[in-house]
Amino acid sequence: MARDDARSATAAAERAARESYGRLVAFVAKRTGDVAEAEDALSDAFAAALKEWSRTGVPDRPEAWLLTVARRKAADAGRKRRTGADAQPRLMLINEELEAVNVTPEIPDERLALMFACAHPAIEASVRAPLMLQTVLGFDASAVASAFLVSPAAMSQRLVRAKVKIKQAGVPFHLPARADMAERLETVLDAVYAAFAEGWTDPQGADPRRRNLAEEGIWLGRLIAHLLPDEPEALGLLALMLHADARRAARRDVDGGFVPLADQDTAQWNTALIDEAESLIRRAAAMGRLGRYQLEAAVQSAHAVRRLTGRADWPAIVALYGALYAVTASPVVALNRAVALAEVEGPGAALRELDALEAEVFAAYQPFWAARAAMLARAGWPEDAVAAYDRAIGLEMDDAVRRFLQGKRDALVN
Amino acid sequence: MQYLLLIYGDESGRPAMTPEGLQQMSQAFGAYTEALKAAGALIGGERLRPTSDATTVRVRDGKQQVLNGPYAETKEQLAGYYLIEAKDLDAALGWAARCPGASYGSMEVRPIWPMGEA
Repeated sequence: MARDDARSATAAAERAARESYGRLVAFVAKRTGDVAEAEDALSDAFAAALKEWSRTGVPDRPEAWLLTVARRKAADAGRKRRTGADAQPRLMLINEELEAVNVTPEIPDERLALMFACAHPAIEASVRAPLMLQTVLGFDASAVASAFLVSPAAMSQRLVRAKVKIKQAGVPFHLPARADMAERLETVLDAVYAAFAEGWTDPQGADPRRRNLAEEGIWLGRLIAHLLPDEPEALGLLALMLHADARRAARRDVDGGFVPLADQDTAQWNTALIDEAESLIRRAAAMGRLGRYQLEAAVQSAHAVRRLTGRADWPAIVALYGALYAVTASPVVALNRAVALAEVEGPGAALRELDALEAEVFAAYQPFWAARAAMLARAGWPEDAVAAYDRAIGLEMDDAVRRFLQGKRDALVN
Repeated sequence: MQYLLLIYGDESGRPAMTPEGLQQMSQAFGAYTEALKAAGALIGGERLRPTSDATTVRVRDGKQQVLNGPYAETKEQLAGYYLIEAKDLDAALGWAARCPGASYGSMEVRPIWPMGEA
């Protein structure tokens, strides 16, 4: 128990430190246009906070604490580097910014502006999520690299390059003009969802660092939904992540085996998270601007009704995937729609849909072959089903999912 | 900040354009240039003769080589440029999107690297 308390105190201290760090980096970076320099100025203070706050407790004014330490470190560095003529004006500038923060009674929250800079279309798409995790939440390059399965050297090179571009190309730190808002917000939401999904797809569900990333995705999602309460897609994304997170415990059985959504014990779903997601979906829907994330969240919502009625709302799921396909034209969405169709019109209808999909796209996509196998088995073609299961098994990386598919296959043979 | 807006387009399509089409394009560029001037954003800009009129020069091992044609054969060619003053990249991208060249071809937006800056 005492150990749990200590652990939660550590987690709370870390959260507070990341919160304050992100606010300060955003504030300074917005004024100087230089993310890397803002990080440099605050990194030592942040490291000290991570170490000390879990022992001493979070200070009353956490940002002021960080600033005091940062200014002291900057002054020390200034004395040491007096010979480096180049470093001096830059340090002075940062010191002025830190000074400016100090006299500001309440530091405005510029983290949203920082997120729009990180996810600017001028920044390479694959580095947007890592950049956000580093600048807004203070994760170092190696932590981000391991989450995204990239070598630390390659990841830090990409992060450095992106920050140079933000500075040199004059990527702005502001909320986009109203006309650009929907499009720009989408890139921000996509980056947050990428961070979340990266944590979510941790195959074993066991790597604490990656599991953490799903939590960070939700945290960023909460921040955006809080700062942009009138953007329905921001609420939709948060609802989508909360619905997925609500089922975390139900995804694995006691032996660590994979449990597909349809077989999950709804008693293990987290009702509080589902309720929160549902209320977000309702709030977003009332704004009358439908979008991809709201539709995805609504699909999850239609699955979640199973806890109340004993059955997912399959006709709604088919219709929602149809609407999503109209927005995204994604083959994966078409696949999901076909699978849902099996629950409404039977496996024959689903197989006809699957046959109509472009086979090439799915040649190496495990869920396609697993879905096809399940449909074939239900339609009464066990031999074809076994062949499809074999293909799916060969494509699956995750042991637990592979064991699950193996079990399904073997049941057909015996 | 200063940005160079580079206008790229497929110049092979130009001979096929009708006189009316050419006139419309030229009017569109004229109006755009006026808008840049009125906003105080225009520093300079010109259109360029086609790449068939280009000559490329380089010096290798102290010897000057003169080549007939552009530096690189590309699907779209540099057709002109504007040098503008803009608050930030979004403002520059806004100007680039308004340029008639964005509808005929593509605009590349490059921040100017001032001399003496590291």
